Amino acid sequence: MAPETVTLRTRPDLGRLRARLRELVPDANAFDLTRALTVASELGRNCLEHGGGGRCELELRAGPGPGLGAVPGVRTLRLRFVDAGPGIADLDAALAGGRSTRGGLGLGLGGSRRLADDFRIESTPAGTCVTVALRC
Amino acid sequence: MSRVPILRIADVLVVTVNGDIDDATVTLLGDDLAAATRRAAARGVLIDVSALDVVDSFVARALGDVARTVSAMGADAVVTGLRPAVAMTLVEMGVTIPGTRSALNAERGLAMFGITVARDGAAPAHGPRGDGGGDPWPRRP
Repeated sequence: MAPETVTLRTRPDLGRLRARLRELVPDANAFDLTRALTVASELGRNCLEHGGGGRCELELRAGPGPGLGAVPGVRTLRLRFVDAGPGIADLDAALAGGRSTRGGLGLGLGGSRRLADDFRIESTPAGTCVTVALRC
Repeated sequence: MSRVPILRIADVLVVTVNGDIDDATVTLLGDDLAAATRRAAARGVLIDVSALDVVDSFVARALGDVARTVSAMGADAVVTGLRPAVAMTLVEMGVTIPGTRSALNAERGLAMFGITVARDGAAPAHGPRGDGGGDPWPRRP
């Protein structure tokens, strides 16, 4: 599947992103789906609240994601959140959690890192890009 | 955004949160529940989330805010029916729903307020188990 993009400008866009995810993996088991929906919600909200909006690229691939062993039938959902906001000044503190600046950056970011099988973040004063992979 | 209907069972307000709840709906639910708590002089509110397959940190915090608000007014809040996948995800993230008590399902949640459901004249299902049968609001040790 080629990546597709969901634009994130307002809160209702988070609902659209979750709806698109549900359509993408209708047969995922409950735990994988809940984990993916939660990560999408958290990172999408960060994009809106701290990045001033942005986009999420979704891609579903056959096979295991980075750092995971091969399991028959496994698929990997890759989500990439991009915004052009001011960036995260203290990334370590934000990832450690508990330091909620504007309502839950710490929990959202740190929580997503714990939930995802693979988590990468790049943040500069010109914007932030978070890429996660989850089995689905 | 949509309004969540509020039911009243004895002096407890009951809401069932359906499907994919958005930020505006959960915020509005808090306002509506606080107003209804006063209007109905409710002893507690029960929020059933068994239909939700995602509770992110925003919704968890919003539910916690609802609980603290009604608690400040003198009522108690119970969250019921959290799905296993949702519960595990919250635990993995390190997110809690502060200020609330939980029950496995709505029936047991109502039992926490002393409201019991009898089946065909039989004793209340929760009675012999001792989970809330005596003290309508048992406290954790």
